[in-house]
Amino acid sequence: MNRYPLWKYAILAVALLVGLLYTLPNFYGEAPAVQVSSGKATIKLDGSMATRVQKLLDDAKLKPDFVQFEGSSVKARFNDTDTQLKAKDVISKGLNPDASDPGYIVALNLLSRSPEWMARLRALPMYLGLDLRGGVHFLMQVDMKAALTKRAEALSGDIRLVLREKNIRHGGVSRDGNTVDVRFRDAATAQQALGLLTEQFVDLQWAMAGDGVDQRLTGTLKPEAARRVQEQAVKQNITTLHNRVNELGTSEPVIQQQGLDRIVVQLPGVQDTARAKGIIGRTATLEIRMVNESAEAREAERGAAPVPFGSERFVERGAAPIILFRQVVLTGENLTDAQSGFDSQTQQPSVNLTLDAKGSRVFKDVTRDNIGKRMAIVLFEKGKGEVVTAPVIRSEIGGGRVQITGSMTTQEASDQALLLRAGSLAAPMEIIEERTIGPSLGAENISKGFASVTYGFAAIAVFMCAYYLLFGVFSSIALAFNLLLLVAVLSMLQATLTLPGIAAIALTLGMAIDANVLINERVREELRSGAGPQQAIQAGYERAWGTILDSNITTLIAGLALLTFGSGPVRGFAVVHCLGILTSMFSAVVFSRGLVNLWYGGKKRLKSVSIGQVWRPDQGAVSDAERAPSTASSVTPVTVNKA
Amino acid sequence: MEFFRIKKDIPFMRHALVFNAISFITFALAVFFIATRGLHLSIEFTGGTVMEVEYVQSADINRTRTTVEGLGFGEVQVQKFGTSHDVLIRLPVRDDVKQTEVAGRVFTALCAAESGTVDTKQYVTPQGEAVSRPSCSTAAGAEPVQLKRTEVVGPSVGAELARDGAIALAVTVAGIMMYLAFRFEWKFAVAGIIANLHDVIIILGFFAFFQWEFSLAVLAAILAVLGYSVNESVVIFDRIRETFRKFRKLTSLQVIDHAITSTISRTIITHGSTQLMVVSMLLFGGPTLHYFAVALTIGILFGIYSSIFVAAGIAMWLGVKREDLIKAGSGKEIDPNDPNAGAVV
Repeated sequence: MNRYPLWKYAILAVALLVGLLYTLPNFYGEAPAVQVSSGKATIKLDGSMATRVQKLLDDAKLKPDFVQFEGSSVKARFNDTDTQLKAKDVISKGLNPDASDPGYIVALNLLSRSPEWMARLRALPMYLGLDLRGGVHFLMQVDMKAALTKRAEALSGDIRLVLREKNIRHGGVSRDGNTVDVRFRDAATAQQALGLLTEQFVDLQWAMAGDGVDQRLTGTLKPEAARRVQEQAVKQNITTLHNRVNELGTSEPVIQQQGLDRIVVQLPGVQDTARAKGIIGRTATLEIRMVNESAEAREAERGAAPVPFGSERFVERGAAPIILFRQVVLTGENLTDAQSGFDSQTQQPSVNLTLDAKGSRVFKDVTRDNIGKRMAIVLFEKGKGEVVTAPVIRSEIGGGRVQITGSMTTQEASDQALLLRAGSLAAPMEIIEERTIGPSLGAENISKGFASVTYGFAAIAVFMCAYYLLFGVFSSIALAFNLLLLVAVLSMLQATLTLPGIAAIALTLGMAIDANVLINERVREELRSGAGPQQAIQAGYERAWGTILDSNITTLIAGLALLTFGSGPVRGFAVVHCLGILTSMFSAVVFSRGLVNLWYGGKKRLKSVSIGQVWRPDQGAVSDAERAPSTASSVTPVTVNKA
Repeated sequence: MEFFRIKKDIPFMRHALVFNAISFITFALAVFFIATRGLHLSIEFTGGTVMEVEYVQSADINRTRTTVEGLGFGEVQVQKFGTSHDVLIRLPVRDDVKQTEVAGRVFTALCAAESGTVDTKQYVTPQGEAVSRPSCSTAAGAEPVQLKRTEVVGPSVGAELARDGAIALAVTVAGIMMYLAFRFEWKFAVAGIIANLHDVIIILGFFAFFQWEFSLAVLAAILAVLGYSVNESVVIFDRIRETFRKFRKLTSLQVIDHAITSTISRTIITHGSTQLMVVSMLLFGGPTLHYFAVALTIGILFGIYSSIFVAAGIAMWLGVKREDLIKAGSGKEIDPNDPNAGAVV
């Protein structure tokens, strides 16, 4: 009766194997590595960089474990720190010929030492939280009101322009908070404008009001438009932060949205908050200037003559020099948006810029006077400018909508648009939470968390084995299996392990043994009331199940509440706690039963089971008499037979 | 081994009145302390700055305090943390000082007090990770004081966390109550939740009385232990229901006594093993996990007590009857041989 069908054992064996496989990477530790990432917004890394790094290393006769391109950086792992340091110098020299203006960030790092075949199966170690490995954590609040105001400001400029184009006379356009007010002298004009504005500005909800003298149109940002503006603001800020943080060369920076209007930035290994803040808070600026195309400038481009007076030498994205006038036509402040798209006629990829009212006016004048000439868009970072693109002006451009087309791929177009936007933050941000954890503290926390789990586990196992003998051994093995599964699941999910997470592992193990105690007590009780060993095991497991489920549901309710409403460290605790409850149900019931079945299931004439002393009250005692009906019910063979 | 060799049902309920009185007094005391002393909330809830610094020599708390107070950041708390070398400094939120700069200024002052200067130290760890951190070094090249950890929380975040914590607690209580009401009937739901809220209040009372720091981790511990010990009441209620079915002649009082007696062994052993783990955290977990483990310990101990005496006691006062649990006429419900008739220990 206590036998599992083969498929059940098979499932357990598979779970054990998978558990082992995914837990294992956590034990390999870390190896020194070198990480190459882009040092400028204008440089983008791709797979070819891995080959380049590989070649540099080969030339220097340094042997890496592997070189791989992942995400936005290339990582090379080495066996020892000596090679790592040498490799860093070699790569650094090879990639950045000009040390004062590095295009690539080459940084020392740590990578998991686990073998490559494991990584290919996505068997990767858990991420360690900042409290375990040291680093800085920032929580930034994005100023959404500013983002909305900026949008409304841009819209009111556009409205002025549209009304002027259509020759509709208005008594002034003003912005009040997130709404735009347009005044008119008479109702007919207002009515005409209403039709036009409703058609052209789908983001605004228009309402008309008259106060006798004036007619007023009030445009309010529609909720979905406002939401879109906010989403875009957060997204753009995250992109900008990514570009900036790359420079720090940290291995696994975390930049994530939290809630509607917050961004979490976590930089493992960084301790220097002042520098991190400087980099995060830095602003890149964008300038539009005219290209100097005179004969002297051409000479200067080739390096044959000095740069003409009033001009400056820049580098265009592909490293070709270009001479620009010093005079700035427009700055990034006048650029409200940059998106990639397609030309409506030629279907070529294009970059579409949107300028604000002032920008459009200036742009119109400049383009009218300079048809056939080139203008350049320059991105300034860390005080150094680089030309993103330098298109030729084909015609006068009014209306503030600029389209740049040319021989570029869709990818290039979207990269350029990103660059043009990357210069600025869509909305200002403020640091509302900051945490720094020193590296020694992180190591201390790991060892303390680890010690808590180990000694607690050992204490429980010793007690269980002493109290329930062989059944205690089974329970302890099941508990170990629970730990294995939990770590495996966390690794699979690539969860971040924190100190509260370790505490949750400890607590979950302490609570999980509850299920085995329930089962063992129940089996004893069945034996006490005279059931045969096999029946007692069967009934014990069957009957304890309801209680185990109950206990786990109440615990899970608390866990889920924490998960939903908790934040930061509490979330880490809640995730592990909830997962632990689920794995414990499997290990404590199914797995431990499997062990018991394997051991006792085949024995037909089982006389006794090793579950510790089963004490019986004296025959004839009151409680025994009372138990009579209970005995009857317990001995009744339970007909649910799984074998 | 068998710890519990109980021949007769222990007449727990005979002393219910005494225990309920004890519970009530403890509860009233807890409420009194929470009301008068208040909780010592961590900066996660109040906003502010916390710094942990480590001195090479044994720390001179008074000198540190004078140095920090000299900066004029308002009411600062300086205390030892874990070992005699570690010092924890708490600074309140001030409108006139930019919060994110406070930690840097304090560290510079502490460093100057040790006659050193702060600069950025860059080095590669033996494992091969590049580290750059602010460090304090003296002319002799020693590093008398090290910044181990800083935490800065804005006041708005703090208020939010406090609110979220309260919501989490309310949702947990409501969820468990609904579950109990669904699983049993309202009298048990009320009894169970009062018993466990009584635990929560008592844990809070301890934190208020001793002015232990109440952090997010402590809140997590309270919620975890709430979910865990409600289960204890569930087990006893289950047994009560089963006993009502099996022994038709017993009075409600005897039924409750029998139910508690037959589950007490399991109750103490499971809570004992969970407590083993918690003790391990208390001993080895270091100062960060200390109050987390303390809250769990109180929760577990009072959890045992309250499920036995408070929950069952309240159920008794509420007048639990056979008819409440076993609906007349439903043959399936009365069948004592039904293997699914409630969980049994």
